[in-house]
Amino acid sequence: MRILVVAECEKGALVPATLNTITAAQQIGGEVDVLVAGHDCSGLAESMSRVSGVARVLCCEHADLENHITENLAVLIESLSKDYTHVMAAATTFGKALIPYVAALCDAQAISDISDVVDAATFIRPIYAGNALATVQSSDSIKMITVRATSFESASTEGGNAAVEKVEATGANQNVQFIEQMLSLSERPELTSAKVVVSGGRGMKDGKNFEMLETLADKLGGAVGASRAAVDAGFVPNDYQVGQTGKVVAPDLYVAVGISGAIQHLAGMKDSKIIVAINTDEDAPIFQVSDYGWNEDLFTAVPELNDELESAM
Amino acid sequence: MYAYYLVNHFVLTMKILVPVKRVIDANIRVRVKDDHSGVETDNIKMAINPFCEIAVEEALRLKEAGNAEEIIVVSVGPTKCVETIRNGLAMGANRGIHVLCDVSPEPLALAKILKQVVERESAGLVLLGKQSIDDDNNQTGQMLAALLGWPLGSYISSIAVNDAGFQVVREIDSGLEKLQLTAPAVMTVDLRLNEPRYASLPNIMQAKRKPIEELTPGDLGVDITPRVQTLEVHEPPARKAGVVVSGASELIDKLKNEAKVI
Repeated sequence: MRILVVAECEKGALVPATLNTITAAQQIGGEVDVLVAGHDCSGLAESMSRVSGVARVLCCEHADLENHITENLAVLIESLSKDYTHVMAAATTFGKALIPYVAALCDAQAISDISDVVDAATFIRPIYAGNALATVQSSDSIKMITVRATSFESASTEGGNAAVEKVEATGANQNVQFIEQMLSLSERPELTSAKVVVSGGRGMKDGKNFEMLETLADKLGGAVGASRAAVDAGFVPNDYQVGQTGKVVAPDLYVAVGISGAIQHLAGMKDSKIIVAINTDEDAPIFQVSDYGWNEDLFTAVPELNDELESAM
Repeated sequence: MYAYYLVNHFVLTMKILVPVKRVIDANIRVRVKDDHSGVETDNIKMAINPFCEIAVEEALRLKEAGNAEEIIVVSVGPTKCVETIRNGLAMGANRGIHVLCDVSPEPLALAKILKQVVERESAGLVLLGKQSIDDDNNQTGQMLAALLGWPLGSYISSIAVNDAGFQVVREIDSGLEKLQLTAPAVMTVDLRLNEPRYASLPNIMQAKRKPIEELTPGDLGVDITPRVQTLEVHEPPARKAGVVVSGASELIDKLKNEAKVI
């Protein structure tokens, strides 16, 4: 068995979910190689070679790969796939777009968002917004997989000593042109890997009210997230969304503020270690999954929490 | 070859194909069957997959803006999928295609079927939901783009038609991304692309008279034998409701000393 993990990088830095994907690959067994593809990415390839348990790092550097266009990466991965039994990437928007595309090029049925490895062909994955877990078995000769990062530990970035090999780029698709990215820049930890997440919902009433959640998140060293309702209402950008179709998070502490707890939202956060809910509606479904529920107006509760944390520090 | 590779006004004669899936209604709490073979679907309210509905709406808006000539909704699966096609027709699509098979096929087989339909119809744009809320696979559009060799716009929150094709905005984990796609193209739509309309009663009545062509995977030369088998389905471990707190100091105390997370 030989597994290729596609590393994801953004602005030259590794997306942490890659390290969880490497752990999932190691649970399958066999040799685990990592593909680092991008522009000026040899430094990242070097650092990936030190990740524990990686056999080889394949480094493909080309200007065509700078913006991680699905088509361009997919053709490269297809050209490498003959040497592998499994190709894996994290179930981020990057991996979720890429892996099915490569799978179709290789005539394989992809397996999305695995949360557990049973054996080399059998995996567990959430379906119906995580309301059921399916055990699925692939009969394809090559398994194309995306990995739910929060379900696997992060591989250690030390202790490895893999060889770095250069691979040739395979060209660019002229029918897809990158124009620009509009990224949300934040000093806070990244949402999907943060230890603490403070999320706001429709109850926040207005985008500017998220400032008090930012204050709370900063006091706890956490990230800020949101429910779909808050994003749809324009309170915060799309990359804040936690849920079935947004990001999946599983921090040590998740604070749900003014979030009722629709099943689509629970799908993205119910694996958090500790859940706190603050809501005026005592019948809100969020209280059924929360470890600590505070039935209070968030506009009273959050400032009180901020003051209390301020004086406790 | 397709003429619209070469001419700017391809959009005037463009057909848009919108695949739609019949799924358990988003508001239903699903239950795993006692024999663990799947989830209960008997006597459960079904609906058009919400993302597919957004795709239909966007196709209608493109047509209303003069950017398309015809909208074809296609569904692949059992007889009841005709209801889902009628949903799309009631919203305003022109006609339907039902590819009849006992079960909803896997994304790869579905993409192969859709490729055949796209080629039969000479469609210039395929708009799909980014995922269906039952299997949560998030694969079909990407696979269709790969099989057709057409540019892919995944997780789209905005579409602007221009001379060369489409300028699209994608919702990605770190924000937004703008791409130019040469037509013809495949796009998977995200939640914030639009707010789907409700079908009016006259349109629902009219939809009953719109044509739906019936085909089979065999007619299209596609083998739908599954590659991935579901061995069993289980309920996830349930979370228990916890305790009620009544103030900030109590909550912070519990998080510090009981849960030990801050």
